[in-house]
Amino acid sequence: MLYSPTPMHIPDGFLAITISIFCWVISAAVIGVAISRTNKSLGEKQIPLMGVMAAFIFAAQMINFPVAGGTSGHLLGGALAAIVLGPWAGMLVMTAVIAVQGLLFQDGGLVVMGANILNMGLVTAAVGYGLYRATKNQPKGVRLAVAGVAAWLSVMTGALLCSIELWLSGTSQLAVVFPAMMGVHALIGLGEALITVSALAFIMQTRPDLLGAGSESASGSSSWAWVGGLIALVVVLFSPLASADPDGLERVAINMGFINNGLSAPYQIIPDYTIPFLGETALSTIVAGIVGVIVVGGVVFLIGRGLKAKSHS
Amino acid sequence: MHFDAFDRYHEKDSFLHHLDPRVKVVVTIVFIVSNALLPDAAWFGFLFAWIFLLLVNAASKLGVAYTLKRSLLALPFALIAITVLFSIPGKPVLQFHFLMWDLTVTDMGLLRFVSILVRSWLSVQMAILLVAVTRFPDLIHALEHLRVPAILTTIIAFLYRYLFVLTDEVFRLLRAREARSAAVPGTRSGGGVLWRAKIAGNMAGQLFLRSYERSDRIYNAMVARGYSGHLYTLNPHEMKSTDYFATAFAIVVIFVTQILGRF
Repeated sequence: MLYSPTPMHIPDGFLAITISIFCWVISAAVIGVAISRTNKSLGEKQIPLMGVMAAFIFAAQMINFPVAGGTSGHLLGGALAAIVLGPWAGMLVMTAVIAVQGLLFQDGGLVVMGANILNMGLVTAAVGYGLYRATKNQPKGVRLAVAGVAAWLSVMTGALLCSIELWLSGTSQLAVVFPAMMGVHALIGLGEALITVSALAFIMQTRPDLLGAGSESASGSSSWAWVGGLIALVVVLFSPLASADPDGLERVAINMGFINNGLSAPYQIIPDYTIPFLGETALSTIVAGIVGVIVVGGVVFLIGRGLKAKSHS
Repeated sequence: MHFDAFDRYHEKDSFLHHLDPRVKVVVTIVFIVSNALLPDAAWFGFLFAWIFLLLVNAASKLGVAYTLKRSLLALPFALIAITVLFSIPGKPVLQFHFLMWDLTVTDMGLLRFVSILVRSWLSVQMAILLVAVTRFPDLIHALEHLRVPAILTTIIAFLYRYLFVLTDEVFRLLRAREARSAAVPGTRSGGGVLWRAKIAGNMAGQLFLRSYERSDRIYNAMVARGYSGHLYTLNPHEMKSTDYFATAFAIVVIFVTQILGRF
């Protein structure tokens, strides 16, 4: 088929609503900065370029190569997009790709899309571009090698975030989801790294001007190297810790109040007409009442507007 | 390749097809949020949400079971949630031995697992229906009305417009690789995995250059036709009375779902 889903797209229903909203807030903030930065640094010419580049990432994900036993490696593209287009434009391009995958193909949910954008679009671009940017004045071979490592790490970072989100939502146990996700993506990341490196080598050979000084890819500031390096460091340090002692982490999270041992709490926003974090107080009942009033008021308003529109036509 | 190769839109003359796209987007999202808010084992809530889904399916004239057929899409992801079967404390329901583990399925774990699957199953069906009854350009237009930044919706519009063009390009590359990958039966063709990955990477690079150059031509052509940074549309959306009624109805249904889910 033209389109095959990949294992990192979280469908709706698998994340707690609180986690979904939290991820949306982070993603929206980063996308907001990306938009203002791209608007500032690039002219209206960039919009068709970014649009066609988004289609390129989408189409490039169809290029695969046989590995063994019927499996094949292919590209996710977050790191490649950020390296050739610059970090902010790369993030916008990946956001568009993930939005279309969710909207049109239902590969990844709509309400959890914030999490998917964060995992596969934003952190992959930050890690991929950041590490590559750190090699600015190095020879070509070093840059390519680092780009490969960056592409691999970008996939691992996405997988790490994905398993943490699933774990905090109470959908899976860290002890199982973490090694499973990281194991699978260690292999997927190898395919990603190989394709990213040879695609970059090909571009450097045929159109060096697109990656050289003055190009979009040189547009990011040097602080990207710190951001990318920091995230990569966290992944590298966190992964052995989580694999060695997942139960310990789980205990820490419970102690710190991130997750509830019973695991049902995140799903109950208004149980028994009270708001959980306000407790069983009068205030809580009042807030629940206000929510009810807003819903009823909204319905009445809509019917009113409907009647009005009808009388006009 | 035809321009609508990726399209999920099904032309029908139904109530849902004529509804304002903004209403459809908002109701779909509220429905999915509502599913996420239902507590575990809220069977009445799930049932009511499913009845609403069947009703909407029927209103689309695509057939009551239209979304059912494509709804198993998210099923492979269920593997991720399988650990809750064993990890949540509760009464043991089933004990078995698998490879090197002794596993105990608890009643609470089973409830939670099924609840996650049902939530996902209901949500994905509404999302399938949304794109089946809404043209994608209308959907993008609706997102713009709903305050999604114009730069993003424009990128998405371009992505949609050129996706099939670049897919053709990919197929050309893949066909060229096939054509040059002859092998004597019984012997291996080509090099090892590394070599194959390198070829795939070269193809991705080639695709990038072709797309890049194409975007240059597209931009020049657009400027030649008066492009100044904004895209215009000839079908402005207007909320009619039926749109308001439909939204009100959906909100009532979803609110009732929430109440039923808490009994």
